[in-house]
Amino acid sequence: MIETEIIIVGAGPVGLFTVFEAGLLKMRCHVVDSLPSAGGQLSEIYPKKPIYDIPGYPMILAGQLVKNLLEQIAPFNPGFTLGETVVSLEYKNSKYQLVTNRGTELMAPVVIIAGGLGVFQPRKPPINNLVNFEDRGVEYIIRDPEFYKGKKVVISGGGDSALDWTVFLVENKIPTEISLVHRRSIFRGQPDSVQKVMEMASQGKINLLTESEVVEIIPDSTGRVKSVVINHDTSGKKTVDTDHFIPLFGLTPSLGPIADWGLEIEKNAIVVNTVDYSTKKRGIFAVGDINTYPGKLKLILCGFHEGTLAVQSAFAIIHPDKRNVLKYTTVNGVNPF
Amino acid sequence: MENTIQLKVIDRTGVAHQLEAPTDMNLNIMEICKINELPVEGTCGGMALCASCHCYIESDTPLPEANENELAMLAEAFHVKQNSRLGCQIRINSNIDGIVIRLAPS
Repeated sequence: MIETEIIIVGAGPVGLFTVFEAGLLKMRCHVVDSLPSAGGQLSEIYPKKPIYDIPGYPMILAGQLVKNLLEQIAPFNPGFTLGETVVSLEYKNSKYQLVTNRGTELMAPVVIIAGGLGVFQPRKPPINNLVNFEDRGVEYIIRDPEFYKGKKVVISGGGDSALDWTVFLVENKIPTEISLVHRRSIFRGQPDSVQKVMEMASQGKINLLTESEVVEIIPDSTGRVKSVVINHDTSGKKTVDTDHFIPLFGLTPSLGPIADWGLEIEKNAIVVNTVDYSTKKRGIFAVGDINTYPGKLKLILCGFHEGTLAVQSAFAIIHPDKRNVLKYTTVNGVNPF
Repeated sequence: MENTIQLKVIDRTGVAHQLEAPTDMNLNIMEICKINELPVEGTCGGMALCASCHCYIESDTPLPEANENELAMLAEAFHVKQNSRLGCQIRINSNIDGIVIRLAPS
């Protein structure tokens, strides 16, 4: 059990800056995020994109902003649980208890949800009954390549993830047979990955099926994947026997388990009171893109403001007997702990 | 009216919405759909990174070619057809007056 003063759900820019503002008030934070590294969509979707509306920076790359924020919060020594999604939230003995999908338990009197667009989940191709085969031969993420040792594998997708995993699995001779299925004739991944895949196809190391789509999954008698039906644009359907079907079409965000925490949800966002960005549950705040209120603007700079106000009320909950006075960093500096 | 164009957006239930859009506000089709409360998420904010504004162009309106980012996203998206585009990458200007688009399945 990880016990702290504030649990921040979401390690995007707003979640990170909230650690800083909490740190100025000497409150400890632990940050949880479903992605494997900090930065949220800035790291996951657009690390190389320039941002022009961060005060004081005429231009800063998204990835650099995340680096700077991590440096800024380092004095306050936050804890991180990355690559895990908070799936449940319960109020017990005046504290919130959160559990992740991997069973990590966290406890704190205050939770600040800075979940951005929500949880990044794999984009699933529109195939009938696809979900019935999840963990029965269909995986959307390759966690452990050795899992596919000696198996037949069909990968679909045309981006870097599909290409890179195909190359990795072939180079390490893990599965016995690999097919790569892509809807188009050209790939849009890194040129050297594309070249490698083409070479592997011409050497017969992979079965490359372009202008093709997996349209159906056929089960064996136990309900596991037995084969997939692949439709080619001109030559029609054929069946390919396989142990695993791995669609790799990138990630897409959705609100995820946050929707089930008993908070007021409107248009896929959490309704908050703009006095302190509190939700209807005392001790739970929502800041950044995940919240909504009249006049809401989904901007990083607005999220910074929201996190700053939220921690003032968090202080009153964590230290009901103390009075907080605004102190300027120019006067007080930053006092690590 | 000056500085406005007409466009028709057919939603996912087949209902056609006749919309008017200003040409002088640097808007795109995704944004016009959102302003009119049509079911377009625009999750990534217009960076051609989520395909939640994927649509089919049903008029013969001449459009600028899709750039690398848009093509890369369309290569990953589902239900893609020859006339697929991302609404966020189509600027509202006088050249597209009368355009007809259909929202792709979400």
